Amino acid sequence: MIDPELATQAIRLALARGANDAECTISEGEEFTASVRMRSLETLKDAGSRGAGLRVLIGKQVGSSYTSDLSAEGMRKLVESALEIAAISTEDPHAGLPDPSELGSLSTDLRLYSDDINSIDTSYRIAQALEAEEAALSADPRITNSEGASFESYSGERLFANSRGFAGSYRQSSCSLSATPVAREGDSMERDYWYSTARSHATLESPLSIGRKAAERTVRRLGARKVSTQKVPVIFDAMTARSLLSEVFEAVEGTAVYQKASFLAGKLGERVAAESVTVVDDGTIPGLFGTSPFDDEGVPSRRTVVIDRGILRSYLLNTYTARKLGLRTTGNAARGLTGNASVGHGNLYLEKGEKSPEEIIRGIGRGLYVTELIGSAVNTVTGDYSRGAAGQWIENGEFAYPVSEITIASNLLRMLMDIEHIGSDLEFRGSVASPTVMIREMTVSGQ
Amino acid sequence: MSLSDSFFGQKFGVTEQDLQSYLSEALSAGGDYADLYFEYLATSSLSIDESIVKSAVQGVSLGVGVRVISGERTGYAYSDDLSAQKIRRAARVAACIAKGPAKVDKTGFEESRKRNLYPVLRAPNETSLTERVELVKMADRAARACDPRVFQVQASYVDSLRQVLVANSDGVLSFDRQPMARLGVAVLAREGEGTPQRGYAGGGGRVALDFFRGEKTPEYFAREATRQAIVQLSAVPAPAGEMTVVLGPGWPGILLHEAVGHGLEADFNRKKVSAFSDRMGEHVASPLCTVIDDGTIQNRRGSLNVDDEGVPTQQNVLIEKGVLRGYLYDKLSSRLLRSGTTGNGRRESYQHIPMPRMTNTFMLAGESDPADIIRSTPKGLYCANFGGGQVDITSGNFVFSASESYLIEDGHITRPVRGATLIGNGPEALKYVSMVGNDWKLDEGVGIWGKDGQSVPVGVGIPTLKIDRLTVGGTAG
Repeated sequence: MIDPELATQAIRLALARGANDAECTISEGEEFTASVRMRSLETLKDAGSRGAGLRVLIGKQVGSSYTSDLSAEGMRKLVESALEIAAISTEDPHAGLPDPSELGSLSTDLRLYSDDINSIDTSYRIAQALEAEEAALSADPRITNSEGASFESYSGERLFANSRGFAGSYRQSSCSLSATPVAREGDSMERDYWYSTARSHATLESPLSIGRKAAERTVRRLGARKVSTQKVPVIFDAMTARSLLSEVFEAVEGTAVYQKASFLAGKLGERVAAESVTVVDDGTIPGLFGTSPFDDEGVPSRRTVVIDRGILRSYLLNTYTARKLGLRTTGNAARGLTGNASVGHGNLYLEKGEKSPEEIIRGIGRGLYVTELIGSAVNTVTGDYSRGAAGQWIENGEFAYPVSEITIASNLLRMLMDIEHIGSDLEFRGSVASPTVMIREMTVSGQ
Repeated sequence: MSLSDSFFGQKFGVTEQDLQSYLSEALSAGGDYADLYFEYLATSSLSIDESIVKSAVQGVSLGVGVRVISGERTGYAYSDDLSAQKIRRAARVAACIAKGPAKVDKTGFEESRKRNLYPVLRAPNETSLTERVELVKMADRAARACDPRVFQVQASYVDSLRQVLVANSDGVLSFDRQPMARLGVAVLAREGEGTPQRGYAGGGGRVALDFFRGEKTPEYFAREATRQAIVQLSAVPAPAGEMTVVLGPGWPGILLHEAVGHGLEADFNRKKVSAFSDRMGEHVASPLCTVIDDGTIQNRRGSLNVDDEGVPTQQNVLIEKGVLRGYLYDKLSSRLLRSGTTGNGRRESYQHIPMPRMTNTFMLAGESDPADIIRSTPKGLYCANFGGGQVDITSGNFVFSASESYLIEDGHITRPVRGATLIGNGPEALKYVSMVGNDWKLDEGVGIWGKDGQSVPVGVGIPTLKIDRLTVGGTAG
């Protein structure tokens, strides 16, 4: 457990040395990895570390520092370092801590920590990884090689305190199991993966299921072709559709908005997506990875409807960006150990629709089903979108053959407006979640 | 330098007996090899937005990583506390990977080869904050003065000074002091109330602060960022489909990083999961292409005196006249493949296990005049600047995103086009290189690349390059 006195003492010292406000973050964590490859243990990693960060305000000048040395001497230097660097920053009229009325913490049990992560022994973790890899290797004769499988876990604590009287901390745990097989047929070699991640190891998907899905996803890519350049409907599977939500986030987070570096800046209340589109950010759902009792400035997490049936209703904001825009914080402050808070998201998701992914696929004469995206030529200032893709070609409502080495391109605003179907398959596998999404038309570039 | 004169000897009283005892602990359950990586990292970052220095951060992190290798297995643990008790504990955890009798390692250490590729007496991190903050203020003023269409400027300056000590059970001891600095300017420009366009430029390296007062001034980067944003104001939609692509010199060299570099890292090839596996001696590029990875270029961002396993870096030929000649090795891969080392074992920090990584990767100059290369192209795309890239090393498919490119029409560079992804296949793409320019250039020094969750600084470079066939991912038919 982190001693809260460490933070309050640093804050007191900063105030005594001339700061008028201060906030302090302390985190500690332990990570573990067991990875196997070709049925044999490959790597074991087991270690822990701690760190502290301090941000001070001297008038309207801000300075931040961090250290991995939490001794009394280390914490004293942390304070000096923040005060020293604050002196060279310039006065920022909008800088400051949240209003005391905004501070607080959710009091319900958010189920972010499970003790069972620490009670399982190393040999069990290795066995889980071996089992997942074995399931992949034995699923199909074309799986001839493997990049391995791994079991990873993390547990840690984060404490935040400020000079306005806020002090809070919470513990988190996570574990994950993944497998990455390699398949070969003739000249074609492909890899893909599958994984499961959870707060408690008891709720992880089974090694058998992870290995088999990884194998299925890999084998279906074999013999991929390039298609000719054309405009067709594009379906993003639930895994790749999450990236669309991440792009929307980049365009609605307060910094991009106040800097006018977003294609959604200035569009509150306007239609920015098809009527079927509702995007929610909710940092309060128990057990999920985007959940926390308070954000990284000590403001309680909450639920914010970002896009409501196609209409842009809210940006995602921290205290600073809210002040710049004349709005109130939405409890979305994020930061590492130190520095000015940026804007982050809680559990950001697209509300599910009615059709199953199979029905959506069946409804398409010819088009692309995307299962992988690479590269990131997405410009959130203009909305211009162009990414490398791989997946399945659809002919007459069925998968015809795998495709790769192609790109898909459009403009994000147009893509949001062009969303024709949203699947019923919403599942939280991380802090961003989306069902299958079908976009009426994009440019597929190939031969 | 002796250990007692080194940073860790002076500041933390680390002695040879200490190192010996930690390594003995690491090999107490057997194993073939063990090493210790001590790291002390001081960083600072300053940024300006709306002409206000809003963010100023400095800090230090310290720790030691202990690794044990036993056959193909690796055990790893680290401590952020340099007390003997904590390091021994980490060594015992790392030792769990091996199962056997204790190995008696060599006694005494020899220092690895000495040289200094970045003889920076006063690292930027050791200069006054006032001097450094002036750089972002100058960049801000310069960008705003460049063009009235610029309405947003963000400039950032980051530096670091890393002190490293590596000791291994082969009895080799290395020290290094690794300075780094980078200045970047991002601008937004718009015409009236039209769509804003972004421009970015930046650079740096393992340099002294004077670097930014000579040729590569804040004004230089501000002008370049502004130029890029202004160009984009008149950009038309990018074309879609396969076409001839001409890459400008310097930063577009990220093509090499993605198309061939990652695929030649020895860990992937040991496991035979790379599209380049088992292709040594084969033609993987046109005979015009010679590709080198070189960690020894003075003051470059990707350069290191010794890699993060204490091995001196060197110049490695990867592709010679189109033929695959070499891979990039870390210690583990070179042990298992019984090859020599290449000095490419790198890690993000003491919390990370080393792996084979690139340093500065470039293609040697050819003989063509860049103007002739353009003139010889009836229709195609000229790419002058890029954002990032990514590769699937197994299929070999790679992408990189063009941030500044132009149509080539009838042998002339004509209209600028909007950003687009280019996609190709590693072992195939460079076979279509038909002309190589005589204008070799390295990038300005901004690259950071990730692999398996670890980011390290790298450099890239190419001369002007003509590729007869590559897929461009625009929207225009």
